[in-house]
Amino acid sequence: MRGLSLGYVIRRVGMFFFTIWASATVMFFIPRLAPGDPVSAMVTRLTSQAGRVEGSAALITAWRQRFGLDDPLLVQYLRYLRGMLTFDFGYSLAQFPTEVGAMVGRAMPWTIGLLLISTVLTFLAGTLIGALMAWRRTPRLLRWFLPVSLTFTAIPFYILGIVLVYVFVFALGLFPVSGGYRNDLTPGFDFAFINSVIQHGTLPAMSIVLASMGFWALGMRGMMVTVAGEDYLTLARAKGLRPLDVLFRYEVRNAILPQVTALVLGLGGIVGGTVLVEYLFGYPGMGALLYQGITNSDFTVIQGIVFILILTTVTAVLIVDLIYPLLDPRITYERR
Amino acid sequence: MAGITLTQQASGQRQATSPWLNPKLVAGLVMVALVLVLTLIGLILWDVTLARAASSPLNLPPFWVPGGTMAHPLGTESSGRDLLALLIVGGPMTLQVGLIVGITSMVIGIVLGFAAGYLGGAVDAVIRTLSDTALTIPSLAILIVISAYVRQMDVTTMSLIVALLAWAGPTRVIRAQVLSMREQGYVRMARLTALPTPHIMFREMMPNLLPYLAASFIGSASGGILAAVGLEALGLGPQRIPTLGMTVSQAIQGSAILRGMWWWWGTPTIVLMVIFIGLFLVAIGLDEVVNPRLRGVRG
Amino acid sequence: MSERSERSRRGRPILDVRDLRVHYSTPHGDVIAVNGVSFSVAEGETLGLVGESGSGKSTVAMGVLRLTSPPGRVVGGSVSVKGEDILAMPEAALRRRRWRELALVPQGSMNSLNPVLRVRDQIRDVIETHEGKQPRRRLKERVLRLLDLVNLPARVYDLYPHELSGGMKQRICIAMAIALEPSLIIADEPTSALDVVVQRTVAQTLLTVKAELGSSMVLIGHDMALQAQLVDRIAVMYAGNIVEIGPVRDLFRHPHHPYTRHLIASIPSIRERKPLVVKDLRRPDPRTPRPTPALSEVSTGHFAAIPEAGDEGVVISHA
Repeated sequence: MRGLSLGYVIRRVGMFFFTIWASATVMFFIPRLAPGDPVSAMVTRLTSQAGRVEGSAALITAWRQRFGLDDPLLVQYLRYLRGMLTFDFGYSLAQFPTEVGAMVGRAMPWTIGLLLISTVLTFLAGTLIGALMAWRRTPRLLRWFLPVSLTFTAIPFYILGIVLVYVFVFALGLFPVSGGYRNDLTPGFDFAFINSVIQHGTLPAMSIVLASMGFWALGMRGMMVTVAGEDYLTLARAKGLRPLDVLFRYEVRNAILPQVTALVLGLGGIVGGTVLVEYLFGYPGMGALLYQGITNSDFTVIQGIVFILILTTVTAVLIVDLIYPLLDPRITYERR
Repeated sequence: MAGITLTQQASGQRQATSPWLNPKLVAGLVMVALVLVLTLIGLILWDVTLARAASSPLNLPPFWVPGGTMAHPLGTESSGRDLLALLIVGGPMTLQVGLIVGITSMVIGIVLGFAAGYLGGAVDAVIRTLSDTALTIPSLAILIVISAYVRQMDVTTMSLIVALLAWAGPTRVIRAQVLSMREQGYVRMARLTALPTPHIMFREMMPNLLPYLAASFIGSASGGILAAVGLEALGLGPQRIPTLGMTVSQAIQGSAILRGMWWWWGTPTIVLMVIFIGLFLVAIGLDEVVNPRLRGVRG
Repeated sequence: MSERSERSRRGRPILDVRDLRVHYSTPHGDVIAVNGVSFSVAEGETLGLVGESGSGKSTVAMGVLRLTSPPGRVVGGSVSVKGEDILAMPEAALRRRRWRELALVPQGSMNSLNPVLRVRDQIRDVIETHEGKQPRRRLKERVLRLLDLVNLPARVYDLYPHELSGGMKQRICIAMAIALEPSLIIADEPTSALDVVVQRTVAQTLLTVKAELGSSMVLIGHDMALQAQLVDRIAVMYAGNIVEIGPVRDLFRHPHHPYTRHLIASIPSIRERKPLVVKDLRRPDPRTPRPTPALSEVSTGHFAAIPEAGDEGVVISHA
């Protein structure tokens, strides 16, 4: 019995659906716990922002019907669940009759791309730095440099992003202010467009990478120190293996396991941070869309995006969880 | 040969260096305390009514920049508020968010963590599943949904909403510690001698949990401030209360960066950074207290 | 000194340790763990190194392998393997000699196998590092032959360490140690964490393969009874020093040093019920520098430190 055991896969996939169901349910009931309903809540917001909305009572009645808010709660709930599972999030309240699904669909590739690249970079850079911090052969000069980079860790993505905008956009003028690509370019697989995408994406990615790198470095250092005391490391040295073999196949290979677990737990935070970074950089992803939805009190948009964000995170977690037993052969035997 | 025994020798030379005197821990605490003390002094010495809109001239730079004035040493922003007053009012408020989130999530964490770790069985399975679920979903997303429906946001409401989602981390840590402690000699002994459960929990186990509790308190507090800053950035914070995050958020919305008004976003950012770095140092300091092996490693 | 005459009698030794000193630094000053230890191992010979825990025997092993890790450090002495000083050698040169010249069978209590690598990969590691890339097929045959040598079934080839029992893991370690047919094997309490039955078979395996290869061996342990059956010569360590060394038979018949007598006396016997007297051998302070006790030849090849009158370091205590 090696690799993925059936029980493990079933447990993980079950967890996947449970998480999605639980968060969808929370999102359904929260608005209903608040006094009033989503529609009147939105109208109230509109009223408080615009002063007065013409014929608001009629508007509320019409919308209540359109969104089926007069049906029994259970019917609403089941309809809602079906909608979520089929990616049918209904219409945008603010930009009627645009479908939320279409809006999210346009924004999603940007967010996923940014998330994927910055998470991978962060994880690799952070883990490598952490490993070097603990490795006894690391040159002294490097040792002094590394803790400095850790200082960034304490600073949230968003705050770091502000500083980066100030330094690289305002003061140095090295990068464009906002957006995902130059407006005068048509999206396509040509050099100019891709170059523009990279230029626009560098700062958002950099704020994510710089701000979260240290977290991984710190965790990795801790694990490296723990692994350094393990007997198999002494034996590896006694075996006369090449130092880099010892470092990667024995030390890093073992120390990285809790890092992967931490990745599972940290993804949610990265997604949240990415939303803010996107908003800050006016990046055309879901973060910016979410901000729009919030300022417009566009609840269906908020709901749709939040659901997709959760789905993305939980899917990523599932993937990592399914890869994990390949990294740690013990996992299908022991319960985590 | 001298016949002194090992124990005598060791006790004679051992310095009473408590692991709690960890330099990172102390430095971090000093940084956070500094923010608190300076803002409290500010509350006495400075006119905090200047934190209200239209109380001061608009867009003044700090005093050392041409055009600045000592009447508003850190400058003013676009709706006529004095930055120094904003910091003095906002600093403690931001720390208050951290405190509320930290305490609330800790209390929930202790209750659930002890229940899961001590009772085990089905209780444990349910709590573990729930906390794992809560940890994997992006909590900011859920917070956004909740906050979007709250009409009158104030600092306490926001903190409580944030705390609602911050319990999973402490629960997980405490459960793991309780679980490992339960199997250790002294707890087993206490159970065998039929000491009452509360006694075992609070007299035998709690003291050993302290560093972990402190660490998860700090983690939740700093995570809470982080989440609050996030909500504020998206315009979901308390609109009329100038927490540090609100001030930064308003600066961004007012295009302060590109207008060159660095003091508007810069000064609250610096205070936030001091708080975050301070809490971070406390966290790694506590980590070293808990895990002495980390202490030997330089860097 | 007298050890020298012994050396000339036996020809050039495989391992020659001279005045090895290892200190552990602590916040309260150095602890002297190994206080000038000298011994040698001849070709094909098995030397037993015994002593209670804390006597420094494992520290000697790590020192000989140049694997002393902080806070420990070697502060003096030399370790020659086939005439080359291990301690003075550049790291890279030493690395190439490791495992070919001196292999380690780690403590049975240790978790010495990398949990994330299969058995086959951990054995292949040593072969390929020291002999270069080889055809898969030949490598597999060779590993399987090694497993067979230590009485392991071929199926363990593909297993991970956590799928093996303690005794099996220890056999893997032995298979690994003999993979390159080293001139010298250091076995550091190879059986200490195994249960008694497994102990015997593992020890037997170790001895059999050693005999087959003609390697020399240093067998570290605290079980005098086990040692008596396995080794040619025995060295008794006490508080960081060798206090007695000699042919195993001679040493058991005529133990000179009080501590040696104490060790022999504490071997349980089924015929007589001995009172469990833990005699207070006075321990020297581990932080105060002390002279290395001089050994004198008490019979052919048998050396012992004779405690001088009034010496507080070791009190003669045995009846």
